[in-house]
Amino acid sequence: MKENEDKILDEVTNSDYKYGFVTDVDNDDIGKGLNEDVVRIISSKKNEPEWLLDYRLKAFRHWKEMEFKNWAHLDIPEINYQDIIYYSAPKPTKVLDSMDDVDPELRKTFEKLGIPLDEQKMLSGVAVDAVIDSVSVKTTFKENLAERGIIFCSFSEAVRDYPDLVKKYLGSVVPYTDNFFAALNSAVFSDGSFCYIPKGVRSPMELSTYFRINAANTGQFERTLIVADDDSFVSYLEGCTAPQRDENQLHAAIVEIIVNKGAEVKYSTVQNWYPGNKEGLGGIFNFVTKRGIIGESGKLSWSQVETGSAITWKYPSCILKGDNAIAEFYSVAVTNNYQQADTGTKMIHIGKNTSSTIISKGISAGKSDNSYRGLVKVLKGAENARNFSQCDSLLLGDKCGAHTYPYIEVDNNTAVVEHEATTSKIGEDQIFYCNQRGIPTEEAIGLIVNGYAKDVLSKLPMEFAVEAQKLLQISLEGSVG
Amino acid sequence: MLKIKNLKASINNKEILKGINLEVKPGEVHAIMGPNGSGKSTLAAVLAGNEVFEVTEGEITYLGEDLLNLSVEKRASKGIFLGFQYPIEIPGVSMVNFMKSAVNEQRKTRGEEPLTASAFLKLMREKKEIVELEAKLTNRSVNEGFSGGEKKKNEIFQMAMLEPKLAILDETDSGLDIDALRIVANGINKLKTKDNATIVITHYQRLLDYIVPDFVHILYNGRIVKTAGKELALELEEKGYDWIKSQID
Repeated sequence: MKENEDKILDEVTNSDYKYGFVTDVDNDDIGKGLNEDVVRIISSKKNEPEWLLDYRLKAFRHWKEMEFKNWAHLDIPEINYQDIIYYSAPKPTKVLDSMDDVDPELRKTFEKLGIPLDEQKMLSGVAVDAVIDSVSVKTTFKENLAERGIIFCSFSEAVRDYPDLVKKYLGSVVPYTDNFFAALNSAVFSDGSFCYIPKGVRSPMELSTYFRINAANTGQFERTLIVADDDSFVSYLEGCTAPQRDENQLHAAIVEIIVNKGAEVKYSTVQNWYPGNKEGLGGIFNFVTKRGIIGESGKLSWSQVETGSAITWKYPSCILKGDNAIAEFYSVAVTNNYQQADTGTKMIHIGKNTSSTIISKGISAGKSDNSYRGLVKVLKGAENARNFSQCDSLLLGDKCGAHTYPYIEVDNNTAVVEHEATTSKIGEDQIFYCNQRGIPTEEAIGLIVNGYAKDVLSKLPMEFAVEAQKLLQISLEGSVG
Repeated sequence: MLKIKNLKASINNKEILKGINLEVKPGEVHAIMGPNGSGKSTLAAVLAGNEVFEVTEGEITYLGEDLLNLSVEKRASKGIFLGFQYPIEIPGVSMVNFMKSAVNEQRKTRGEEPLTASAFLKLMREKKEIVELEAKLTNRSVNEGFSGGEKKKNEIFQMAMLEPKLAILDETDSGLDIDALRIVANGINKLKTKDNATIVITHYQRLLDYIVPDFVHILYNGRIVKTAGKELALELEEKGYDWIKSQID
């Protein structure tokens, strides 16, 4: 029976990453290496205005002076930044009829990923910006959204068509001086999504970006900028996958969100980059800076389901600047095999009566390491700030690690900050109980883990939640036995 | 239905069951009694397939099949139910969800169509009445925050939902007050048919006032040392386990 179980688990672990294929297209890349010329080439390939090139160069010069400091609970191998291709765009396999047309090969790729780019075939409630390597290949439903004044396009298009907006907000939440990877991204970022919701408008559909790394030896440095003007609302989704390769690939993104007075932004991520194989070979290094600034009575909610990447270094954060601002961070981070994750959030309370909630659920299996790192900072003027944090860890097996690093800095004595943390193990007795009721082990683990992560999964948009539930189960298959 | 022959089982190389022989036929109720540490719960766990215990010798035939070759969940879908002495908590998983998975996974293993949501909810409503389970309990997480009595009622509720052929109830009466004991015992009686069988493991005669056994077995030091009708339980209650010990040792 034991043998049988091992066999099933083996089969499943060998086939668990189903997005590991490579699309066979020629790439227009600029070769490996990084210097000022590379930054200039990227900028000129995108026909960028002078001010943006200047921004990139400033960032690059700053980055060159920086040293990477590893303060996270992560074992990060040295990255050779000269051994990475910083710009790679798929070359069309045939002459396309119009600017809006998509190369059939890439169209097929996204279909295989479950992201059809034909608007007729799509889930009617979701608009997609599809980004592959360094470029956006298609943004759907642009016209429908434009009728309401909503701008949703690739970052490159935004630079071309809405330079004033981009110039005003780029780097306003995450300056290029912020950290090592933010500086690198600011120098070489390629594409990503831009979104602007005008005053008083509720986006009629979910907006989403699907990031795909395809080319080998390439880093992906995307940039997302979301501006929600006064009293507007948008729900934004982000998904990511990459081919299965033995080399590590670097993904260093920046997401900036501006939530104006009375506006609300919900940002949900299902991160499923290739996690490496069972022996820890390959996988994506995911170093991401995500931050939002919230105006008076605004609300920003980050929800993330992190199942992929060899290394995840990610702290989606909120600056609660306006009075009565609300911020939320809901996270499920799963690590299996040799994956490492150090993830959490920062809640910076500046305004009065601001409140933040942190719910973090870490799940570690195999020989992985999973850390929650969070900062709750209440500034002097933040009267009556509230924070509630709950950080739970679930362990599967006895070779994995779970760690919690909560930092609390309070400079105002009216603040109420609560922190709860638990660590538990999926017990053999729980699995036996499920088995005895007729539920096989794989399903039992899925059931138990989804129960554990329920508080977070319930915050995700419907179709995302279903995908996330399946993903959790798949990511952990083979972890008990 | 169930034939156990010379069953030996151990945990961490310590032999607990030292040659059990037992036969159970459809429609029968068997009570297994015995002092602490005699191997009662081990027998229940081995029948359910708990791999913590290693079966070192002997055989178990269930409905003509070699039971020891079947996985825990296969045994369950073939009608073996274990009422846990200490029911397990599963935080965040609602009873509704748990039972739905259990019922439909069993149906899947048997090659049956899953129940529709409405058929399932109807079944839940009916079965809850059998053990007078409060409606709200099924919306809570599995056994989480349940009182001792609620947990045991919940075990019998699950038994009602799954309609097993062979139910093994491991000290279902422990930790129950008199009212709860009556409700649980009545529930078990209501589920009894001429086609199913029940093995009741208990320390006390009082449960057997409600559930009348056809046979009473006394398990002592890993062996069934005495088998008789229901009167054996009364005699045991009167004379205590020392009486058995003095006869054996």
